[in-house]
Amino acid sequence: MILSTIAATAIVFSLSRAVGDPLLLFATSGYGISDEAVAEIRKELALDRSYPEQYLLWLGRVLRGDLGQNLAFKLPVTRIITEKIPHSLQLGTFAWFFSGTVGVSLGVLSAMKRGTIADYGGRFVALIGQSVPVFWFAIILIYVFAVWLDWLPAGLAGDSTQDPSLWQLEYLVLPVLAMSLGGLAGYLRLTRSSMLEVLDSEYVKLARAKGVGTTYVIWKHAFRNALIQPLTASTLAFAGFIEGALVVETIFSRPGIGLMAVQAVHGNDFPILQGAVLMFILVYVIATFLTDIVYALVDPRIRYD
Amino acid sequence: MAVDPTPTNMPIPEPRRATETAGRGFDAPTTGLTAVKRSVPSQIWYVLRRWPIIPIVILISITVIAVGAEWIAPTDPNVQKLNFNLLEPTWGQPRPENELAANEADFDLTTDEGQIGYMIASKKGFTREEYILGSDGLGRDVLSRIIHGAGVSLKVSGYALLSGVIIGTSMGILGGYYGGWLDEVLMRFVDIWNALPFLLIAIMVGATIGATETSVIIIIAMIAWPPFVRNVRADVLTIRSLDYVNAARIMGASNLRLMMKHILPGTVSTVLVIATLRVGGLILTESVLSFLGVGIPDPVPTWGKMVDEGYQYLINGVWWSSFFPGLSIFLLVMSMNFFGDWLRDRLDPKLRQLD
Repeated sequence: MILSTIAATAIVFSLSRAVGDPLLLFATSGYGISDEAVAEIRKELALDRSYPEQYLLWLGRVLRGDLGQNLAFKLPVTRIITEKIPHSLQLGTFAWFFSGTVGVSLGVLSAMKRGTIADYGGRFVALIGQSVPVFWFAIILIYVFAVWLDWLPAGLAGDSTQDPSLWQLEYLVLPVLAMSLGGLAGYLRLTRSSMLEVLDSEYVKLARAKGVGTTYVIWKHAFRNALIQPLTASTLAFAGFIEGALVVETIFSRPGIGLMAVQAVHGNDFPILQGAVLMFILVYVIATFLTDIVYALVDPRIRYD
Repeated sequence: MAVDPTPTNMPIPEPRRATETAGRGFDAPTTGLTAVKRSVPSQIWYVLRRWPIIPIVILISITVIAVGAEWIAPTDPNVQKLNFNLLEPTWGQPRPENELAANEADFDLTTDEGQIGYMIASKKGFTREEYILGSDGLGRDVLSRIIHGAGVSLKVSGYALLSGVIIGTSMGILGGYYGGWLDEVLMRFVDIWNALPFLLIAIMVGATIGATETSVIIIIAMIAWPPFVRNVRADVLTIRSLDYVNAARIMGASNLRLMMKHILPGTVSTVLVIATLRVGGLILTESVLSFLGVGIPDPVPTWGKMVDEGYQYLINGVWWSSFFPGLSIFLLVMSMNFFGDWLRDRLDPKLRQLD
């Protein structure tokens, strides 16, 4: 787990350096700047060292909890990120929770009522959810609910741009809806197919044959086993929400980590970018780890040595 | 004692899995006794569910449109007519031009929003027959741009998929065939690769060195290959211990020959199925990159870019310049997924869990 984090940050680090000298874009963007000043900034940011050295320096500082300062305002990256991350985490968690609960329950419903209208409806939702571009869906939501019906606000996280509030939930509805559709479809399909598989198995048939009630069979025997697959997939879903955060936060201009990363890229603010990448990778790695734990809790057959 | 192979008093079991996937019809119970008489609509419905006709028709027409964009598009996709911008769709109906349908006093002309609102309102009913799906903020024909954008999506995702198939399949075959440390290293590499935030990397590349068609294809290829490795490897693990492979080895076939000639053909159906299921996601990724402004640069019109350019006018009620390009992406991706599902059920039902 630590190994993959290190390897992943190293790859991203070398990629970010391979695509161009960060200083050139930052320091000589149309303003006269002397060679001495360039050399000084270069030294200050340790850009005169070799790449492996730079990477180790950065890693060493990260381990001490210091992500450096951003180039534009000389603010500590750690502070910027801690300001932004609640917005992203809130959005991601809500979307994760929403898509998980709705997706899994629709999947179970679809499997139980196989071949009926409910099933077709569920599969239709799944098909659309897997094929619809997130940004287009978000735009349709904005048009319908914010422009046309004027029920919900379209952007930001609160009424004030200066101090965006976390808990004005009406600002959260559209972003969460836009973000969850893809994950919801994935959960639905997975739950449905694994539920069908489990309902077809011998032990469910035995439980039915010995006269256990339908509700009990479905929730006690089938559901718990059918849940294993969606749980495994939830890691990937979380990774999908990271990707979604970039797009959804850009469209709804939510001041989260995705929007911050996009802005940092356009301003070529590489300390922020490195911080953001580290955050994204950490979220992925932690989600994988948590999935392993939950996996073992749900399925007693799995034991890690 | 002879057992009647088809006891007639038993209910004929409905094939269990047949209705699994959306769009795939269930096989009619083959009783062999009577042909079920169906009404015409029910026959059509049956055929539509059994064969992916609608997706294939959509895919073929998008391909035809992409190839023949030059001849099909009503106008040049990049010609800007600023006095004809943000026109409503005409749906092919020529309508009279009536200018100034709006009253200036209704709008606050000191703000940008008011000016745009006035401009749009004054063009209500001011339509020209060539703007079948309306015009965008720069007065370009939305329909022509959509038609010219079709080729880009297909081309980028096609090339990326091809490179993904080649890289992924060869890694899967190498890992599965040799096993041991090589397998271990390859699999670990796939794990690490999956943890990388590719969208961010793509934006990074696009913003610093500027995206080109090649860089976009390379980036999408980078996310295309991992799903192939694991599934191909699993196939190879089974195939390599089969008798005919052992026989070939005893006859003195080299490792390369074994892999290329004897193992590779066995993985074709897996590769084909994953490729068709995967390509929709790649098209989506391409459109996201374009939407974020780091896709294929101008003057090539791409669907994602069109949505990006169109959605700033949404607040003024101009929905058509972002809706139709998005709809095109949606239809293309949906057809691909539909077709992929069908192909999977046909070729490789054991991949059903792969979503």
